[in-house]
Parts: sequence; C-alpha cells; structure tokens
Amino acid sequence: MKELLLSNKAIARGAWEAGVKFAAGYPGTPSTEILESLVHYPEVHTQWSANEKVAFEEGMGAAIGGLRVLVTMKHVGVNVAADALMVFPYAGTNGGFVFISADDPGMHSSQNEQDNRYLALMAKVPIIEPVTAQECKDFVGIGLDLSEEFDTPVMLRTTTRLAHHKGLVELGKRGEVPLREFTPDPKRFSVPIYRKQLRPQLEARLQRLTDYAESSPLNRIECAESSIGVVTAGIAYQYAREALPEAGMLRLGLSYPLPPQMLRDFCARYETVYVIEEGEAFIEDRMRALGITNLVGKELFGNIGEYSPGRLLAALGRGELPQPLDADITLIPRPPMFCVGCGHRTVFSALRQLKVTVAGDIGCYTMGALPPYEAEHSTFCMGASIGTAFGLQQAGHKRVVAIIGDSTFIHSGIPPLIDAVANGGKLTLIILDNSTTGMTGAQPYVGSGQTIGGQAAPKLNIAEMVKAIGVEKVDVVDTWDRKAVPRAIRAALAHDAPAVVVAQGPCVMLPEIKGRDAPPYYVDESLCTQCDACFKVWCPAITRTDENFPLINSTECTSCTVCAQVCAPDAIYPWPQEEVLAV
Amino acid sequence: MTEEIRQNEMKAETFNLLFVGVGGQGVLLAAELTALAAARWGADVKQTEVHGVSQRGGTVETHVRFGAAVHSPIVTPGQAHALIALEKLEALRFAHFVHKKDGIVLVNDYEVVPGSVAGAAEHYPYNALDYARQKGFQLRALSATEIAADLGNVRMANVVLLGALSKVLPLPDDIWRQTLETRIPEKFREANLKAFAAGRDH
Repeated sequence: MKELLLSNKAIARGAWEAGVKFAAGYPGTPSTEILESLVHYPEVHTQWSANEKVAFEEGMGAAIGGLRVLVTMKHVGVNVAADALMVFPYAGTNGGFVFISADDPGMHSSQNEQDNRYLALMAKVPIIEPVTAQECKDFVGIGLDLSEEFDTPVMLRTTTRLAHHKGLVELGKRGEVPLREFTPDPKRFSVPIYRKQLRPQLEARLQRLTDYAESSPLNRIECAESSIGVVTAGIAYQYAREALPEAGMLRLGLSYPLPPQMLRDFCARYETVYVIEEGEAFIEDRMRALGITNLVGKELFGNIGEYSPGRLLAALGRGELPQPLDADITLIPRPPMFCVGCGHRTVFSALRQLKVTVAGDIGCYTMGALPPYEAEHSTFCMGASIGTAFGLQQAGHKRVVAIIGDSTFIHSGIPPLIDAVANGGKLTLIILDNSTTGMTGAQPYVGSGQTIGGQAAPKLNIAEMVKAIGVEKVDVVDTWDRKAVPRAIRAALAHDAPAVVVAQGPCVMLPEIKGRDAPPYYVDESLCTQCDACFKVWCPAITRTDENFPLINSTECTSCTVCAQVCAPDAIYPWPQEEVLAV
Repeated sequence: MTEEIRQNEMKAETFNLLFVGVGGQGVLLAAELTALAAARWGADVKQTEVHGVSQRGGTVETHVRFGAAVHSPIVTPGQAHALIALEKLEALRFAHFVHKKDGIVLVNDYEVVPGSVAGAAEHYPYNALDYARQKGFQLRALSATEIAADLGNVRMANVVLLGALSKVLPLPDDIWRQTLETRIPEKFREANLKAFAAGRDH
C-alpha cells in the first residue's frame, strides 16, 4: 500500500530506511518538515543545530566518524554552511553524507532566489535532483550509496513545489548500516600542506563521477519519434511532460557532473532541444560549453521565478492562458500579517511612533515593514540587523535600532554584537525573545530550553549573555506592556553606549499561549465611548459592530491584554469566568 | 459496460482541483481529504501545499490532481474541473483557473475582509458571485459556514463544501465515508460526517 506523503516527509523516511543515524539542520522554508518528521524515528539522532554551519560541521564529524548522515537547510542556509562545504570534499567522507539544499524559486518564503547548484559546482560535489515524492525518499539512499562509493558529500537539491507537494510513496523497511571504521589521519583531515596533495584527487573524483554519469540509472532517456527533445532536471521535468508530451526526454537525476557523451548523442537525435530547468541556466550553459548548439533554454523560459506547465505552454506559444479577473474589479491582496496576540505588535507600534530607522532581520518580524507598521527599513540575511545598524551609525545616521529574534540571534547575531561592543558602536538592539523559531512554524532552537523532540534542554539566559559580552544597559520587558516597551526603547536610544532591550513573551503558537485556559477579552458596550483607541492596536480580532462598537472575536482572542491597556474607560476586560462556563 | 470498466475509464482522466481560502479556514484539510479519497479509489494523486510566511493570515491555495498518472502537481489556468473556495474574494482571485465549460466554482457564501489592507472594506467585491457568473463561470454558492455553525462548529465549512464537491467527482460514496472516518479524529467524526452529508444534499 502506498502512502500519500509530503516530499519532505518522504526524504525523512528515506533517511531512516537508508540507515541514517545522525541528522541535523536549522529550520528554513522549504526544508523544515524533514527533521520535524525524522524526529519520530527513534533510531536516528535528530536535532536542530545553532545554525547551518554548525549542523554541517556536526554532520561532517559524524560522517568521518563512520555514520550515515543527513543535514538539511534552505538555499541560503548553504551560504552559511559554505565554509565547511568548500573544504570537506578535499578529505572526502567515510560514512555517507547527504545534505539537502531546499531552493525557493519564486521566493515564497525567502529574501532572494538562488540556484544552489553553483555552490555544489564550486565545492566540486555531485548534485542529485528527484522529481517525485517517491524519488525524494529513494534518492536519499541512492545519494548515501554514491557518497560512500565516491567518498564525497552529496547535494540533494529540492525546490519549493517538489518539497511541498504530496505524492504516493511506497514505504520500505529500515536497513541498518554498520559503523564504518574511522582512522584519525592528519594527512587527510588537516593542514594546507596535505590539502595540496589532496587537491588533484578532487579532479580525479569528478572524472570518475563523470564516467559514472554516462551510465547512471539516475539519468533516464525517454525516447520519442519527434523533432523535439527536452533535457531537464527536478520538478521542471513534470512540467515539461505536460507542456511537451510528444517530446523525447533526457531527465538528469544526477545534474552534476553531467554526462557529455550522453548529452551529445541525445541532442543529435532531435532538431531542437529545449533545456528546461528551474533557476539559472546551469545545465544549459554546460551543454553549450560542450559544443551543443541546437538548444533553446533560458531565452525562452526565463530564469526568474517558478516554472509551471502554464508558463511553459505560454512560452512555447501553445495556447493563451486565462488571466486573473482583475480588469474591472479589485482583487484586494491579503498580505501575511502578525498573528492575533503576537508580541511583536507592541514593539513595532512603538518603533513606528518613535520614528526611528530600523535595521531588521530574518523572522516573522520582517512583516514589521508592511502596513500598518512600516517600521522596518532593511532586511538582508540572518544576523544582518546588528552589523547593518552599526554601519548606518558609521554613516552618521542617528536614532538607529537593530531588531532581531531570539533564534536568529543565536544563529548569527552574537559575533556582530561582540563586534559592535568592541568597536565602540552605540548600538540600540531589540531582541524579540519569544522562545522559538516562529516563522517556520515554532521550532525550538538551541538554548530555548527544549529539544526538537520536546525534551527539556538547557535554557540560555539571553540577558545575562548580552551582559557578559559587555553591554551594560540591558532591559528585560514584557512584550505586551504598551508602556514599558516604548519606555525601554527610548532609554536605550538615550544611552551613550550599546544598549539592549529584551522584549520577552512566548510566541502565540506555543502551548504556553495556545493551550492555556485564559478567558478571552470582550467589549462592555455600556462603558465604551467609541473613542476607537482599541482599533489603533491593529488587532485583526477586533472588528466593528453595526452600531460602531468594537467587537472582539472570542475564538481568536489570545488574552494578550493590549487592547484593554489602551481603553481609557476600562470597557475591555476578560469575559467573566462564570459566563464562560454558562455558555 | 461493467461498473469496474467505467471506474477505470474515469481514473484514466486527470481531474484538476483548486482549494482556496484564508489561513485558518481548513483549506489544506479539505484538499488532503480529497487527495486521500482519490488515493483510496486507486488513482495516482498529487497535492501542493504552502508553508512558511505565506501562511500567516494570507491567501491559502492548494492544488489537487488525480488520475491514471499525474505529472505536474500544479494545475494550469483554465483547466480546473472545480474550484472549491471557502471565501468569496478568494473565489474571484482564482476563478481563471476554472474551465468555463467543464468546470465549476463551488463557493462558500462568506466574506473575510482583509483587515490589514487600508480601504479593504470599501473595495471588497461584495458582488463577487454575480460578477463571476457574468464572466461565464458556472458557479454554485453554499452557505457552508452557516450550515457548519448550525451543526455545531463553523470550522466544518470545509467539509460541507467537500460534500458539494463529491457530487461533481466520480469518487464513490463509500470511498468518501471511509476517508473521513480514517482521517478525522473520533471526537469530531460524527459531526463531520453530518457536515459532509449536509453539503452533499444541499
């Protein structure tokens, strides 16, 4: 019996079946569900790591130590891990090492588009690209075998539509893989003088992989009597099958290194060969470099955004696609927003009022840049808020605030804070301490007090750590306190040395809030003066009655108290407990 | 033609469905139940999902395709057999995916005005249903939220719409029932079966 499985969960299943014993990563869309699923298999040690570089290095150690390893991250996570990725292939691995690069063409949940196959090219490691949920499962095992056979880390690349779609998957059993013998060997694992000797081996390995690619079952030809051929990889293969059903296909399951002879022979059979790949012209450019000329690729299909069957059909001139009905009606957008009761709201209300320049970071709080707050003015990459704020101050800008979440701070905010303190910055930093990695769906982070499996773990005291770094002024405030939050930010701005405000309160997705039995707030219309102050806290749970009174949606209310705090006539208070019971 | 042959011929066709609504309305569950029912029926099936920041109170859009062999998980505009919309504005936003002749829009007669957008209350397309009909779409509106509320829980509006959807798909009744019974936790099972029946008989 096949099971309907999310591709990311299929990857987890594949790791388990293939005997993986160590798995690590950092949450990031579209990769997060892999480890969240893998944690349910007790034979595998599964963990969130401080960041992708740490995860990669831990995986590296586990692999050279003899285990089969899976490391997961989103595309930009590989940038963080790149330092390790570029060196590891010199030594080669021991136990199988597969890392997931989950790319996000179309930027559904990312700051940039980035085709990570170039990073694998740079590191000189093979890339495998599945096209179904079933293959997502199978390719983990195949990748681990390749990794051990060729003594190299392997990149398994997914893209959003592949990672986040469900398909039918045939499940198998776990195959236990014995620990491989590890011999500590400085010639292999250390110092440049030895690395010089290892350098030619990288090229020899690539050559062996190229030979393998020519006959690998991962590269599959589907012949057809047609003048049109298609060379494709990844989910784009499925779109090509829909848009060009009559074409012959060469589907590259191993998209680096490429099989030159196979490609030349395939292209010689057809008049025109379309190269259809999401992202950049990675395969296409390499094919052109082989001297193949009957190619049509990016000039027709483009390198921006996601592909789809419709997009290919339109590009090929095979039919006009219906367009959205927005000619004579407004399709009002529905942008993402902070959850009802989110503790970030008070902070961004304060920042908006204070008219400061805000250097933001990666997390839900990027939404602070959107209306109604519009109080975040830069967002680049993980941990960038602090360095950016420091730089803005160097350029002479006053009243600059850096804002970062707790998980992001642990991921890559600590070195820039040490830097700002040591280099004499007068940084004002707000740490949004909601005890979780919120944007990816509330995953614990190292130091949050919990493991990925929900077991208790050491909890980091962020305020004390910041003090240890040398910040003398550290204020910890309740993030839902409408008075204390702006007061603390003002005091931090006025301070003549680095100052940090820790705005504390759990994410509303955590059981501390979601699961608690607090009575919702309601509006007592006999006291309400219709002054509208409560509307200005911009809570989506507050709407208007026909008589113009505010109305709090009792199922959505999280009892955060913010609307009650701004109500001058005290017309908003918790629903009396006895009435709750009566209802 | 025996029933078995007829069913097999139907499986050979690929059915394209779009489920849309606002975060929290149960769009993903409705799509999942349909995908599970199709798999139980013996079809190949694929379903897309959206995760990460795009989920926060925004538009939710998920595609389900089933048939003998499904390639793309994404539905092409103009080719959907049914658009199942839990909210009216979202029905309009995705109407162009529906095949005008062979497709149908099944829409919950329910409005969620985007709270964070300035002027949304004034510009909300309150005439969405008439407008879509005018544009040539076959459309069936149900008060799914109201029906679900009468049955005890507004959150079952998604399953009410599934009941309506079941009338335009070839999946047999007992497949739907078994799917609901397997997937819905016991606590909510009876109520959801009732919601499904209410949508089907509507």
